Order: sequence, then C-alpha cells, then structure tokens
Amino acid sequence: MTLITVETLSIAGEAGSGRAVVAEAAFSLTKGQTLGIAGESGCGKSTLLLALMGIVKPGLVVTGGGVRLAGTEVLTAPAEARRRLRGPVVALVPQSAAMALTPTMRVGAQLLEAMEVHGHLDEKDRTGRVKSLFARVRLPDPDGIGERYPHELSGGQMQRVAIAMALSCAPQLLLLDEPTTGLDAFTQAGILDLLDGLRRETGMAMVCVSHDIGVLARLTARVAVMYAGRVVEDRPVADLLARPAHPYARALLASVPRLSAPAIPPSIPGRPPAPGSPDRGCAFAPRCAQAQALCATLPPLREIAPHAWVACHRPKTAALPQPAPDPAPQAAPVPGGAPVLSVHDLSVRYGRQGWLGRLRGIEVPTVVEAVSFELARGEILGLVGESGSGKSTILRAVAGLWPRSGGRVELAGRGNLPLRTVERDRQTLQRMQVVFQNPDASLNPRQTLREILAQPLRLYFNAGPAEVEANARALLADVRLDPVYLDRRPGQLSGGERQRVALARAFAAKPDVILCDEVTSALDVSVQASVLALIRDLCRSRGTACLFVAHDLAVVAALCDRVAVLHHGRLVEVGPAKTLCTQPSHDYTRQLVAIAMGHQSPVETGVPVAATA
Amino acid sequence: MSARAVLRTVLAQRSGAVGVGLVVAHVALAMAAPLLVPHDPTAQSAEMILQAPGWMHPFGTDRLGRDVLSRAMLGGRDAMLIATLATLVAMVWGTGLGLFVALVGGRLDAFAMRIVDALMSIPWVLTVMIFVAALGVGAMALIPVLGFSYGLSVVYIARAAALDFVARDFVQAAQARGERRSTILWREIMPNVRDTLAVQGAMQWSWILLGVSSLSFLGLGVAPPASDWGLMIADGRGVMQLAPWTVLWPMTMLSSLIVGVNLAADAFARALGVDRAPGVVAT
Repeated sequence: MTLITVETLSIAGEAGSGRAVVAEAAFSLTKGQTLGIAGESGCGKSTLLLALMGIVKPGLVVTGGGVRLAGTEVLTAPAEARRRLRGPVVALVPQSAAMALTPTMRVGAQLLEAMEVHGHLDEKDRTGRVKSLFARVRLPDPDGIGERYPHELSGGQMQRVAIAMALSCAPQLLLLDEPTTGLDAFTQAGILDLLDGLRRETGMAMVCVSHDIGVLARLTARVAVMYAGRVVEDRPVADLLARPAHPYARALLASVPRLSAPAIPPSIPGRPPAPGSPDRGCAFAPRCAQAQALCATLPPLREIAPHAWVACHRPKTAALPQPAPDPAPQAAPVPGGAPVLSVHDLSVRYGRQGWLGRLRGIEVPTVVEAVSFELARGEILGLVGESGSGKSTILRAVAGLWPRSGGRVELAGRGNLPLRTVERDRQTLQRMQVVFQNPDASLNPRQTLREILAQPLRLYFNAGPAEVEANARALLADVRLDPVYLDRRPGQLSGGERQRVALARAFAAKPDVILCDEVTSALDVSVQASVLALIRDLCRSRGTACLFVAHDLAVVAALCDRVAVLHHGRLVEVGPAKTLCTQPSHDYTRQLVAIAMGHQSPVETGVPVAATA
Repeated sequence: MSARAVLRTVLAQRSGAVGVGLVVAHVALAMAAPLLVPHDPTAQSAEMILQAPGWMHPFGTDRLGRDVLSRAMLGGRDAMLIATLATLVAMVWGTGLGLFVALVGGRLDAFAMRIVDALMSIPWVLTVMIFVAALGVGAMALIPVLGFSYGLSVVYIARAAALDFVARDFVQAAQARGERRSTILWREIMPNVRDTLAVQGAMQWSWILLGVSSLSFLGLGVAPPASDWGLMIADGRGVMQLAPWTVLWPMTMLSSLIVGVNLAADAFARALGVDRAPGVVAT
C-alpha cells in the first residue's frame, strides 16, 4: 500500500514569478521504502522534506500539486487533521538537535511531553517507554540520562534524543533533515548505524535529506538529486554512485574528495540560479560542459534505464572516471630546508586556575598537551582530528588568539613568539595570517571588498590609495574574482567567493605562514574543491607554508603534503599524506581512515568519548 | 541601503511620515519663530491679563498679560538647543566608553559597568539639582550635567550593541592582524552599530528635551523671563482652572514634538532593521 504520494508538487515564493523553490517534485513510497534527497544548499531539498509533513514556511506558497500521506492531503487538510498525522504516521528529526531541544527542560521530560501531546499510553507506561526509547537509541545510562539538560549532552547524544523523540509514537514514515551534519566522523558513523538498524527493526519508511551522498548511501536504497528546485536524477543509490547520468550529478560526485585517490577533485564552475530568477530550459545548462542549443528547452524527467529517471537531453551512461592524479604537487618544488614555523611541546588549557580551585586542588583540564611540529617553506601540513580534539585550539595558540600555557612557538628569524597578538610586533604578525572557518563571520558585512583588502595593505605596508587599488585588483585576480567585485559587500557574494576574499585578505600581507581553520567546512562540496585548489596554488606559487586544520581526512589528504593526526589533544601520528592514508601506523589513525574510506562503523573498543554519543 | 532609500521607506509608513512631518514642522517653526511672532513675548500688560483666545491673542494671554501664541512659538528654542548639545555630549562619551569596554572586556569591563550601575542608581534630577546649586541655572550647567546623566544609558546600549560583534570572527581577524584598538572600534565595530546608535540618539534627544522642560518647570532649567514650555506650564499652573489655555498650548507643543520624535525614530528603526532596546530608559 502506498504510504506517501507526492504529485507534481511545486512551491514558490509569494511573489510567484520566475524559478520555483521546489518544481514538480513527484515520487511515492510504500511501507519500508527509503528515499534520499541530495543536493547543495539552496536546492530546495529541505523545503520539499518539510512539505511532506504539511509544513510550508512563511513566505512560501504551494503553487501546484499535493502530498497525500496515509490517505490525507496534508497540504490542504485542516490543522487538526495534520496534527493527528504527526507522531503516529510521520515524524521529523530536525537538522540541528541542539536547536530543536528546549534548553531549559530535562530531555526525559521533553520526550514525555511529546508522547502526551499524542495521547499515548497512561502516565506510568510513558515513563517506562521513555527509558526503553533511550535504550533503543543506545544512549548510555538510559535510566538516568532523562534527568539531564540538553547542554549536558554531546552533539551525538542530542541527536539520539531527537531520534528517540521522533520514534516515540512509532511513526510509519521518518523524515530526516541532514541527520549527521556537524557531527564528526565517529559520531556520524554511530548515528547512521543506529538509524539503519532502527529502520530494519521497525520497517518504517524513511526520507532523508543530505548534501552528502555518502550518508544517503548508508541509509537509503534510492536517491533523488535536486538542482535548483528540480529533481534531475532519481535512481538506486548504487547505480547513481557508479554511473551517474545527469551532468550535475556527475560533477557533484566527482567533486567529492576521496581517500582512495587523494587529489584535489574538479569543482563545478559558476553558481546555481537563485529562486525567482528566470526559469528557462535546463537550470544546469550555464554550468554544463555538454550544454547544447537543445538545453534551452526543459528536459523532462524520463526513465533512461529500469528505475533510473534522469532529466537531461543527453544523459551519460559511462562510469564515473577515477580522478586523475594531481600533477601540481609533483611539479612544485619539494618543500624542505629550515623550518619557517616550529612548535615545541605546545600545551594549552582553558580557564584560569583560581585561588579557590588551587586550594581545593582542582586542576584546570589541559586541552592540548606536548604538541610539536614543524612547517617548511611552502609546505602544507594538515592537522586532523575529531571535534574537541584541540585542533582549532592549537591554531589559535600559534596565532596568539589564545595564550598557550607552555611550549615554544618559533617563527624563523624571530625566535620564540610572545603568547598573544598584542605582544607581538607588526612584522611577526604580518608573516603569519589566519583564515577562519566561516567567511560569513570573518568578513565585516558593512565593508566593501576594497575596504576589506585595504586593511592589511595599509597596516603592514603603509599603502596609499593608488597602491591599495592596484594591489586589491591584483589580489582579486589571484583568487580568480572579477575586479568589479571591489565595490561589493560580502553579502552580495556566494559562500565560496567569500572564502576566496578571506584568502585574498590573508595573502595581501605576503605572509610566510597561513593558518587555515576548517576553511572549507562551511562550503558546499562543489565549491570546496576550487577553494582547496586555490590554497594549494597560492601556497606553491608564493612559497607560503600552510597549517590546514580540518576534521575531514579526505579533504586533508587531498590538499596536504604531510598530515598530523590529533587525538585528545596529543599528536598520535605525523607523516606524508599518502603513506599515512595507505599505511596508518597508529590505531586511532587506522580507525579514522577506515571510517573515511566507507562510512564503516567504529570499532567497539577504543572509540573516543565523544562517540559514546 | 542608501540614505535616500531609508528615507523613502520611513516616509512610506504612515507613522513615519507623521513623525518626520511633526519634527520638521517643529524645527522649522523654532528657527523662523523670531520673525513670525505677532507680539513681543515678554511684553506685559496689566489690562490684558488672562484674556481668553480671541482675534488679538489667538491663544489668549497669561497671568502677566503676555501673548501665549508668541511664547508658545518661541518656547521650544532653548530646550531644543540644550537637548541637541546635551545629546551630542551623551552620545559621544556614552558610545566611546560603551564600545571600548565591550572590546576590552574582562575586569575593566566589569569594573566600569559597576560604576555606571552605581551612577545610574542616583536619580538624575538629584544630580542636576546639586550641579545647578553649584554652577547656577543656565545652559552651561545643564548641557554637561544632562549629557553626563543620560550618557549612562548610552553606555549600556552601545556596549550591548558592540558585544554582538566583538565575538565575531572579523574582529578576531583584525586582532590577529594586529590592528590598533582604535582602528578596530572605528572601522570594524562602528559601521555595524551605527544604525542602532543613530536611532538611540534620536530617542535620547526626546528624553533630554523632556528633561529640560521638566527642569524648567521646577525652576532649575531655562531662567525666566525667557519663553519656554516648561516655564509656561509652571507659570500657568496656578490659574489652570481659570485660564486653561495658559498650560494647554505649551503642553500641546511639547507633547507633539516628543510624539513626533518617537514615531520618526521607530520608523527609522524599522527601516534600518534595528531592534529598539526596550526597558533601557533613563528615568
């Protein structure tokens, strides 16, 4: 029996003209079936997911089609009828569990409330059921954990609570919005295992939205790839991974860095069209290498092979080629010689040891302990570890944004550097630049790109207006942005473009070392590759050394010459990127590689604390 | 958004258009009043005491036979001038200190804010009375004292607005570059809090104007025989039942200006996307 049917559903902005947010989406699922929805930010995947349970965000309107869930038209049904469906028929695990849980309420009470709303069982049974649900989602101490507040749980544990809440009324259809985004590799693998197990046990249907096709491959049998509001390819996930047919799906899959072939993958040029822009023909055509005159008409979604639906006039059938090995690193001068930055026995702790704490013998916990590494001229060193391992802390301590509690940070020719930026002289600061994780936050929204780029030029080189103008133009060209952007503000740029500006600002100082803190983690995968390539090219051509902090081993392996693996604030292994991934020597590195290779479950023993999650 | 676009958005709202209209009318009247007044505002006349509104005196006369219309037209000039200068003083020192302690943080921030707390707990009328007792009545005493008292709440608002941005990466990035504190305040933080402070400045102005009028009413502000709304209300208070026009007109003038400023400030806040901080009001 069909559980949910989506019939040519279209959702658009209230203004109504131009490209819709979701256009003519259509699929159906029976009990026990699974569907993944993949796509990049802004493609309409979350809007589609929420519409499945009858939620359309303010500012958006349904312009056609409908959703029939268990015999009810959820988009037109009265609110009360819709409410009755939620819980026993359909339940949602929202994108960020940390935001979805009420911070002032114990998690057990929140779960009780959810069950109460749907009139499930009497009170005594409910309390028992909360505990059994916590046990089912494999939370540690299911009897006691309900007494905790959300902030007392780790990210993975909060996600498990959100899953338990969704399961509390035994739904027939579970909707998942980016269930593992923001979790590190170990925690992510644990959550995926749990969800897959629950689906097998209960036989519920599942629709999962994610930007990561790897996640979908673990959870769902079939994946629909969305681009600019439309499903462009819908087929069994194994087929999709092996031989994607739509040029967008091919380019998207090709842009994912792979540990099996560590090289910077190709990126997709251009940017996706915005909702409300003119809607003519194939939306991907402007970015498509195979675009032809025919692409000016909209290609229908048609079945090119059994179960394989593709919206392209000329779908590809060949297997996805393996990424070619990257020629650039070999061609570049092999980094070596005297280190430009060396760090010895670095240790960092958070918080101050108060006199009361000292009296009571309470030690402030050390976040980073005895970390040593060296960076040669032009070398790119990756620093990889799960969240909470101290990798960003190391970067901040080296940059002087947080004082180290011990150890030496030496810059060639300057000796041991003072603890904080305010104590460092201008030349030291100029030689070491930081690029932050999120360009939305690291660029001042009120400044034009000209003002942004002028700051280091004025500060370090006393550049006059003419020099600033010439240099700013050259810098934009170096990061492959058009000089017309000089008068724009960060809000007018895409995420990838903003991160390029942040890089341009760092390189404006002509540094010897740049410190990159998770600089691609806020970017879409199709843009990530181009930013990685840019970092590599800039470092190679200028001989700038780079400390590249990231949680994604595949990204680090693609970019870096050497990789340092951090675990609980200590370096467990440092080695050339290639050998470290093929022959990891430390146990922890081996687990990290195994997970990055194919979303395998973590080994039960020796899993880090965060992954108890 | 350009200044012109902001103004257009403000005027497109009915309350914004009314508010801006009231303020513009008041300012224009205050500036042109010396040329327009029908009578000498200080000329007393024993025969014309407490005349009801009529052809000769459209707003009537007060207990000394002075023309209420002329005095009402001129009555906002001193108060508006004092309020403007005192607002400048309050905004400059309040913003400067607020942004500075927000950026520096730590013990200095805690220490400075506790002092501000302590000073705010003193009723401002008391402060003014002490200063007026020491310095004498007049603008030279009122401007620094009002500027200081009202600046205390500006410290709070500027600090709160800046704290939103101090923790952002672009301020960290500037610190990592080694920019001077003054550069960070001026180039990184100021552009982001400017709108909030501009709206706050308009509100401060209306509160200070009300404050000046209150002080004049109490005899601590503008000195007689000058025309001032606060003075006029104080003067007419005793004969209010007999000759309501003596207090009605200055009250109308004062409240229409205050309402106008508030409507305009609200409309600007909406147009600029600024949250007006409710509850932070100097009393």
